[in-house]
Amino acid sequence: MRDLASVETQRTGAPLSGVIASEIDIAEGAEYAGATSTGSQPGGSPKRRKRTARKALMTVVLAIGLPIILLVVWWILSANSHSPYFPPLSKILDQFWKLWIIGPAKAQLVPSLSHLAIGYVGGSLIGIISGVLLWRLPAVRRATSPVVYFLYVLPAPALLPALIAIFGIGEMRQIALIAFGAIWPTLLNTLDGMRGVDQVKFDSAKAMRLSPVRTVWSVVLPGASPQIAAGLRAGLQVSIILMVISEMVASTGGIGYFILQSQANLALVAMWTGILMLAIIGTVLNYLFVGVEHRVLAWFYGSRALEGR
Amino acid sequence: MTSTPTISVSNTQGKPITPILDVDSLRKVYNQGAANENLAIDSVTFSVNKGEFLCIVGPSGCGKTTLLRTISGLAKPTVGTVQFEGTTLTRVPDGLGVVFQDYARSLYPWMTNLQNVSLPLKARGMKKAERLRRTHEVLDSVGLSKVANQYPWQLSGGMQQRVAIARALSYKPDLLLMDEPFASVDAQTRFDLEDLILKVRAEYGVTVVLVTHDIDEAVYLSDRIVVLSKGPSHVREVVPVELGEREQLATRSSDGFLTLRNHLLELVMPR
Ligand SMILES: Nc1ncnc2c1ncn2[C@@H]1O[C@H](COP(=O)(O)OP(=O)(O)OP(=O)(O)O)[C@@H](O)[C@H]1O
Ligand SMILES: [Mg+2]
Repeated sequence: MRDLASVETQRTGAPLSGVIASEIDIAEGAEYAGATSTGSQPGGSPKRRKRTARKALMTVVLAIGLPIILLVVWWILSANSHSPYFPPLSKILDQFWKLWIIGPAKAQLVPSLSHLAIGYVGGSLIGIISGVLLWRLPAVRRATSPVVYFLYVLPAPALLPALIAIFGIGEMRQIALIAFGAIWPTLLNTLDGMRGVDQVKFDSAKAMRLSPVRTVWSVVLPGASPQIAAGLRAGLQVSIILMVISEMVASTGGIGYFILQSQANLALVAMWTGILMLAIIGTVLNYLFVGVEHRVLAWFYGSRALEGR
Repeated sequence: MTSTPTISVSNTQGKPITPILDVDSLRKVYNQGAANENLAIDSVTFSVNKGEFLCIVGPSGCGKTTLLRTISGLAKPTVGTVQFEGTTLTRVPDGLGVVFQDYARSLYPWMTNLQNVSLPLKARGMKKAERLRRTHEVLDSVGLSKVANQYPWQLSGGMQQRVAIARALSYKPDLLLMDEPFASVDAQTRFDLEDLILKVRAEYGVTVVLVTHDIDEAVYLSDRIVVLSKGPSHVREVVPVELGEREQLATRSSDGFLTLRNHLLELVMPR
């Protein structure tokens, strides 16, 4: 039954949409950079280690260098801009400092980030737990498969009006939307990862007489964890996007609200600072995620690196 | 068919020997009734005595892994029974350890060697201190105490299979089943592992059933050899082996060894 879970859920984190794809690319660079910092495998020859070190240095340089180059290009090209739509970067950075670092706009971070945290963590947990349950109950999995797929392909923002009707325009609606977006990639990847666990690993578990709960905890979840992580990362991208969207519709706070308000008030420099803030949050969260992932999945990256020996 | 679980035979000293494992007319059909129905094992009958080292040899694809999965309780026989210590198997019994053909697939790469080996002890509810002591003890008997805190994938193939052996021995099973455990290591490592398994067998007093397609290995290791036919397999002959104390070079060049080896070759490759 390769129906529901096999939908574009590869370890490489198949992009769920074009928008997310670009953000995943950013994180991919970080992934390689991070891979070598945790990669303390014994047995690698000095020559090999040197080669991987040089490769790692290259990726770090690219990961840090490219954004800097882009910023410099932006700075130079926009320096003499008189267009109100594309203010000089120097002006944006100046405003950014005034608004987000010492100014009042940083208060907008609190609702945004707290909604994101609750929604993302909640949605991810629901995704993983339902993934485990569906894995254990193949009959339910078969029965729910069309619905799950339907919800997975449904663009989450389309649900906003419905969520407003259910939860009103309060925080619950925003959290629910973020959580909703995080559930599906996590669920599908969890399910697919669990189904990919080798039969011999289950035979071993039975031979050692592990209980069903211990088998899930010690064998199935760790075995599926690389793919669960891919799902969690995709879920994070979706959650950030949904956070912004939820703040742009019928909302009274948050970064998305700030951007929209600034634009409405023709405060275009301020609008750009909000966009910049979002880019920073997205990047930082991505790097954080990759850092944690490489710590938790050190065994996976370590064993994979040795495979190609 | 009697319901008496134990069939007693006498050895030369007149003491009764109880079979620890009794396999009776075992037949295994995969996907029965479906279009891809596949008879893997035709009919296999043999028993394993307590304390003995039994090898099952058979050509590639004759159903050795299937047989081992069935006699360990991992798979159900289509026809026939498997009795372990007098009771019919419904799942893997407590006193049984299994070492699989491919260590890369059977060990858990997300756990250190120590965690891998102590997992079955944890499942048996052993207290942490006792568990640690036992784990170190068994890692020590397979010569791996130094790499306890490394991961399996950081070790050579031979060492990984020793982790798998330690894991199966950690809870001191009465019977150890091994599926071509040394098939994917080089010749030198293979000899070392063969001697290691003879050593731990004596140390732990465990009965061993080892499946292999290597006739030399079977003769070197066992007290008795069950020779399987090509698949779908049945037992061609059960060959007793009496070679005394083993030593790789001396044993393998002894007349007794060569005679047995030729006999087995003729059984496996009938003209
Ligand atoms: N899960 C399965 N479903 C269907 N057929 C199977 C299954 N497992 C094994 N078989 C078939 O049963 C037969 C015996 O396979 P088995 O793996 O037991 O042989 P083997 O002697 O262990 O082979 P090898 O020497 O390659 O290890 C083969 O024809 C195989 O295709
Ligand atoms: Mg096999």
